[in-house]
Amino acid sequence: MNPLLTPLETATPVAATGVTAWAWLLIAVPLVSAGVLLIIGRAGDRWGHFLGTLASLVSAGLAVTIFVTMLGLPTEGRSQSVHLYDWISGGNWTIPLGLQVDQLSVLFCLLITIVGSLIHIYSIGYMAHDPRRRRFFAFLNLFIAAMLLLVLADNYLVLFFGWEGVGLASYLLIGFWQERPSAAAAAKKAFVINRVGDMGMAIAISLMLATFGTVTFSGVNAAAAEASPATITLLGLLLLWGACAKSAQVPLQAWLLDAMEGPTPVSALIHAATMVTAGVYLVTRSHEIYAHTEWASTAVVVIGTITLLAGAWIGCSKDDIKKVLAGSTMSQIGYMMLAAGIGPAGYAFAIFHLVTHGFFKANMFLGAGSVMHAMDDDVDMRHYGGLAKYMPITFATFGAGFLAIIGFPFTAGFFSKDHIIEAAFEHNQVIGILALVGAAVTAFYMTRLMLMTFGGKKRWRDDVHPHESPLVMTIPLILLGIASLGGGLLLNNWIGGWLQPAVGGGNVEAHAPSLIAGFASPIGWITLAVVAIGVIIAFVFFGPRKDIPEVAPATRNPLTVAGRHDLFGDAFNDAVVVRPGEALTRGVLAVDRGGIDGAIHGFVGLLGGLSVVVRRLQTGYVRSYALVMVVGAAVLGGVLVLTQLS
Amino acid sequence: MTHYLVLSALLFTIGAVGFTLRRNAIIAFMCVELMLNACNLSLIAFSRMHGNLDGQLFAFFVMVVAAAEVVIGLAIIVMIFRTRRSASVDDANLLKF
Repeated sequence: MNPLLTPLETATPVAATGVTAWAWLLIAVPLVSAGVLLIIGRAGDRWGHFLGTLASLVSAGLAVTIFVTMLGLPTEGRSQSVHLYDWISGGNWTIPLGLQVDQLSVLFCLLITIVGSLIHIYSIGYMAHDPRRRRFFAFLNLFIAAMLLLVLADNYLVLFFGWEGVGLASYLLIGFWQERPSAAAAAKKAFVINRVGDMGMAIAISLMLATFGTVTFSGVNAAAAEASPATITLLGLLLLWGACAKSAQVPLQAWLLDAMEGPTPVSALIHAATMVTAGVYLVTRSHEIYAHTEWASTAVVVIGTITLLAGAWIGCSKDDIKKVLAGSTMSQIGYMMLAAGIGPAGYAFAIFHLVTHGFFKANMFLGAGSVMHAMDDDVDMRHYGGLAKYMPITFATFGAGFLAIIGFPFTAGFFSKDHIIEAAFEHNQVIGILALVGAAVTAFYMTRLMLMTFGGKKRWRDDVHPHESPLVMTIPLILLGIASLGGGLLLNNWIGGWLQPAVGGGNVEAHAPSLIAGFASPIGWITLAVVAIGVIIAFVFFGPRKDIPEVAPATRNPLTVAGRHDLFGDAFNDAVVVRPGEALTRGVLAVDRGGIDGAIHGFVGLLGGLSVVVRRLQTGYVRSYALVMVVGAAVLGGVLVLTQLS
Repeated sequence: MTHYLVLSALLFTIGAVGFTLRRNAIIAFMCVELMLNACNLSLIAFSRMHGNLDGQLFAFFVMVVAAAEVVIGLAIIVMIFRTRRSASVDDANLLKF
């Protein structure tokens, strides 16, 4: 059966009651905190980080309360809307500022606020020596508020507002160490590439307004069935365009690796756990649109597959620990996109993987931060080695994340990634095989990372003294590590049914997840086998007894060279966009200078030259003026007389 | 009738030629008056010819304007003479390109 043909009707939201009606506080609390922290100035330096963390924790508490309340409701009452006020109204359009609290957005709220709070706590320790820690927490709170607005919005325009908000927060945080030119450039790059994607979003929203007359999710979902195939395909592709930039999917992926210039908690929160998954959220939210267009959903699958391989490729060839993780993030989001593109059968798996990825990737980024903290901010894995003995807690928690991402049985990734690979096989054999290859490569580069960092001989310089991080940093690590190990087990049997009313998963039973999903099907066994192969290959090349050179060995291997250069993403952008853009600018400038300015200046010169000649007539002699007048009057009279006669 | 108009044209021509040829400001001024009065003469002649009072009315206007012009014009000439010790119109040629 083709799941594309059986999208279930999604539940229409009912007006919110009780604690859910206060959902706007989720956004307001961190927003107000961000404002206070930014306005209060130096006076808040001593307690600013506590206020920021408190705001995030309050949001988390509220999110949990709303979630628990929702658990107690019957299925059809779980999707609730909170209408705040009419934001824009003119002509036939009324765009409300409303929130939609349903099964999907509440999951995101939990992920954002809980992982966000843990990262806030971690940052207290990580940024302890930074003179601008207060501002850092203000930006983090701003991000939390914008991200919550993004996932809670009940229409595309409010979502776009949050979308821009997280873009701004991301820019501010990537460039947080603005005194480094590389950080400033990376922030600018992320901002510009995201603007490119925003253009797609903006056109998509305009198209919705023009054709449907509404931008609310419920309105668009209802109208999608009647829209013409061309419109709906275009809409799907435009939304995918926007999602590509935000989620660092090929071809708009180039910013994510550079974004690692930001402080590590930022990489964990924004560029791994939450913001970059906004594209997956967008596709899932727009499921009704993709349900009606085979072309656009195929494009989502293809882009997801390409990105999951490209990210894994980059991850294999980098020595910078954060860039390996960034490549891996790209790759995992590629898996989510792939699942989201498959259609109703895949949405729940995409979100499932998104949540588990939020846990284990945030965990590993924070672990990487902990390692960097110990190694004097050195990020080159070739300078690590043998750290397991010196940083046991970081090693254990990082190991939990590692097991989760490669899909070790019963860890989080085991459930979520296997589902995606199985769904991919069911969708298309080729895509399934590529997803399987991605899983093997993931196992390889993550094992490589583990071995180079924690295993083998020590390779650091004598003046570096690795030490375990303080408790304020390790406790979030431990909690996230537990979530990485147990999160999949906990959510596996539940998440499909939970999300089904919100994303219209047509055939949950067909994929009825079970504890032994990974062992029940041949694909599960094959997945485990290829993962094992990836791990073994990594052990062969980077095993504990191997000598790893201090600098990356020079190589002509085209695969390695391409990977080290981010698959030439920058060169591609340069050649395809930047250079033609510059040439166009130069051309326009030449036309402006030569053509438009030239015409105006030429005319001005002509008038000036004429006036030099003509002004000589003003001699200052009254009598000559009088003569001119007399002669003129005589001529005029003569003309009048002569014309009268004829 | 023709005589009046011929006289008027003669007077106007004398005034115009005098204005363009003479340098003395007072003379030039008198020439302007002569031209104005030549116009007055023709206006009154036409008034007589058409048998209505329009022309005479205009003549009064011209006289009033001429009187006002004399007041201001003479004052200017006196000022120029005081500052430059000369009443030649060609000497006052600073207002030019």
